[in-house]
Amino acid sequence: MVKSNDLILRTMTVLIAFILFGFSVYLFLAGHNAPGGGFIGGLMTSAAILLMYMAYGYEAVNKVLPINYRSLISIGLLVAVLTGVGSFVFGQPFLSQTFDYFYLPILGKTELATALLFDVGVYLTVIGVTLTIILSISEDR
Amino acid sequence: MLFAVFLPVLLALFIPLLSKWKDKIHTGFFVMLAPLAIFIYFVSFIGTDFEPVTQSYNWIPSLDISFDFYLDGLSLLFVLLISGIGTLVALYSAYYLHGSERLHEFYVYLLLFMTAMFGVVLSDNVFVLYSFWELTSISSFLLIGYWNFKERSRYGALKSMLITVFGGLSMLGGLILLTVETNTTSIQEMIAQADVILSSNYFGLIFTLIIIGAFTKSAQFPFHIWLPDAMEAPTPVSAYLHSATMVKAGIFLVARFTPIFSGSEWFFIIVSGIGILTLCWASYVAVRQTDLKGILAFSTISQLGMIMAMLGFGTKAAIYAAVFHILNHATFKGSLFMVAGIVDHETGSRDIRKLGGLATLMPISATLAFFGTFSMAGVPLPFLNGFYSKEKFFDASLHIDVANANLWISEVLAQAIPYLAVFGSIFTFVYSMYLVFGTFTGEKKLDQLPVKPHEAPIGMLISPIVLVLGVVIIGLFPNLFNNSFLAHTAEAIYGEPVVTDIHFWHGLIPAFYMSVVVVVVGAILAIIRKSWSGIYSFIPGKLSFNKVYDYLLDQSEKTSRKITNSYMNGSLRRYMILILSAIMVCTFTVIFLTNGFAWDTSDLAPITLHEVLIALAMAIAAISTIFTKNKIAAILILGVVGYGLALLFVLYRAPDLALTQLVVETITVALFLLCFYHLPNLRERTELTSQKLTNAVISIGFGLLMTVVAISSHSTKLFDTISGYFLETSHDIGGGDNVVNVILVDMRGIDTLFEIVVLGIAALGIYGLIKLRDKKGAE
Repeated sequence: MVKSNDLILRTMTVLIAFILFGFSVYLFLAGHNAPGGGFIGGLMTSAAILLMYMAYGYEAVNKVLPINYRSLISIGLLVAVLTGVGSFVFGQPFLSQTFDYFYLPILGKTELATALLFDVGVYLTVIGVTLTIILSISEDR
Repeated sequence: MLFAVFLPVLLALFIPLLSKWKDKIHTGFFVMLAPLAIFIYFVSFIGTDFEPVTQSYNWIPSLDISFDFYLDGLSLLFVLLISGIGTLVALYSAYYLHGSERLHEFYVYLLLFMTAMFGVVLSDNVFVLYSFWELTSISSFLLIGYWNFKERSRYGALKSMLITVFGGLSMLGGLILLTVETNTTSIQEMIAQADVILSSNYFGLIFTLIIIGAFTKSAQFPFHIWLPDAMEAPTPVSAYLHSATMVKAGIFLVARFTPIFSGSEWFFIIVSGIGILTLCWASYVAVRQTDLKGILAFSTISQLGMIMAMLGFGTKAAIYAAVFHILNHATFKGSLFMVAGIVDHETGSRDIRKLGGLATLMPISATLAFFGTFSMAGVPLPFLNGFYSKEKFFDASLHIDVANANLWISEVLAQAIPYLAVFGSIFTFVYSMYLVFGTFTGEKKLDQLPVKPHEAPIGMLISPIVLVLGVVIIGLFPNLFNNSFLAHTAEAIYGEPVVTDIHFWHGLIPAFYMSVVVVVVGAILAIIRKSWSGIYSFIPGKLSFNKVYDYLLDQSEKTSRKITNSYMNGSLRRYMILILSAIMVCTFTVIFLTNGFAWDTSDLAPITLHEVLIALAMAIAAISTIFTKNKIAAILILGVVGYGLALLFVLYRAPDLALTQLVVETITVALFLLCFYHLPNLRERTELTSQKLTNAVISIGFGLLMTVVAISSHSTKLFDTISGYFLETSHDIGGGDNVVNVILVDMRGIDTLFEIVVLGIAALGIYGLIKLRDKKGAE
């Protein structure tokens, strides 16, 4: 394989990947009140990671992000199910969500919703699914 | 009685344990004890003051199904036949079957069959009756196929199974109709409501269905074909099932329902007509047979036809004669089968052309066969029971009561029956003589036989001797069982006590002349048999109902294969066409029939230029994907449709959808490109014009359908949407202002949960397909 000189791509990737990460985290957190949510957030994060794979190659990124994306699927599903099961503790039906406002040290008045935990599950699953599919296809020869 | 019915099955559970000692004591001796005990138990019921006994045990009370056992004279006759001959057959089989056979299987099947037969004849509940009825079919199937390494055995077992189960199912239909009509499942209560059944609209159907059940089981014309092939079973089975018990189950059923059905004129026409036809046809064909058991099989069929015909006559004397003949036939036919088995066992052949002159080698068997066949032929000798019942039959055939007949066919049949009876009896005489003289007299052909013949061991002879003693005792004292036993049996069928005196000499009545004609003509025909047996090459010649059966079976297989192949041709294109056409036909029909098309423009939003432009772009892109030759181009153009959709989402103010659609469209286009990049160069697919036309019709039709459905469903708003609730409560209950997201994670979180499960499964599936494929299969 010829080592091509894609300096510009790699330099830009460092920048863009972080912007993408930031944007995806924003989409994810903002989902409850503005467009976004776990699904889009997960897709955006996958896009960022994918960009890194494209720029730096398989081995390099695996070293930086030693994540098994298949287990991410199961973790995500587990989180989603557990948030549902959690409502049993309070004697509520499966997947009941609730929210409240708290005064946190730095952020001030903040809304914390259990729906966010569920969305974490969605987020992780989507990342796992997207990257599992793309990586396993691209690895295949 | 419950215990008596289920005793054989209970014993059957222990047979596999008993067969451990089968080398020391033959399992048959243990098995014999069960029917013997039952026989002794039921003999105690015989007496002039016998009254029907009812016993009931719950099974499924909510469905009105219970083990109602009803012991009247009819059941008693059959129970005694089944248990008595069962004992003798078990004893006979203990000498017939060698210890090296799979004895445990044989006796388990046999005991299962006994329970089934007891259940059939004792049950008063129609559904219990049916259950036991099918159990007889199944156990008979197992017994016929006992030597399952023989191809003929398997063929015979399958044939009998198909025919009797066909009849059994048809009977079930009739029984269900009866239950619905009378609102009871008890036969005795149905008999009490006979007039309700007779006047029912479904009477014809009920009668036909039940009669088909009885005719298939009792091997009546044209369902008789299974019985000769069932002769591949071991001889004890043939003697027991196919002469004395199972084939009489149909007779029993007709007799049991006679109080209901005999009110109809068709009862006489169908039952007597088919019965007499069976009698003539089977006795005629029996002469052609060369196999001893083949002759006996057709003989059984013809005798069953005779009993059936007598049941159809419906007069007092005829019913009595039928009952009497059931008893007589069981005695002489059982003994004849056993003798045939002995001949087979001792000479190694059942082919009558190879046998001859065995009388000096096997004197006892020859004597037994002499009694059996002469009784079967109805030779007028005072110690043969067959003569009495045959004479009763002739007498009854001359006194058929058709005074109330409205149909000309009854008249004709009543006129014809005496002649047909004589015709059938002549051939009965011929094959009986052929059977006994062909086997036991004439020249010896020892060189053709595999085994050097000698007399059978005494144990094997006990059972036929007992049966022949029955022949002789009934022959000598024909009134012995009359008052105490058979009168009650006839009463159960006819409705009032029937007492008839039977004497050897009734005077010079017409029946006597008929017997003389039978004997004289029969004897002449038997002597010159060789000179006229060529007639069989013309009638029936090569035709037989076996051919019809084989043809039907073959054709049904071929046709169903053809039908399946005609549409399951493995082409996905074909399946797609079928599925879409089916949807179109069904939906368009429903829309047309229910007048479902609606057109309402009142709540349409104004159309903007942006929307029109985007829609046009999408339509052009979609249409050009169809016509483009380049596949990669087709994918990219298809992407235009996807991004156009995202734009529409933007216009319609669905930001979440627009975001998701953009990303997902990108990924799918990328995946498509990946797939097509790696595709091998396939040969260009050329479609015929007709295929193109079909595709066009189907796709345009389906598009039209969807458009119609969409317009109609938009134009019919039966209820307000519930979206208002979401908009109002999203902030207060869900704590979020993004209503879409609140619905997704909070209000309908469970949908989302399973959608991510779907995604996970898809990802793992793709991973599995790629990583875990068979290395050997890979290139």
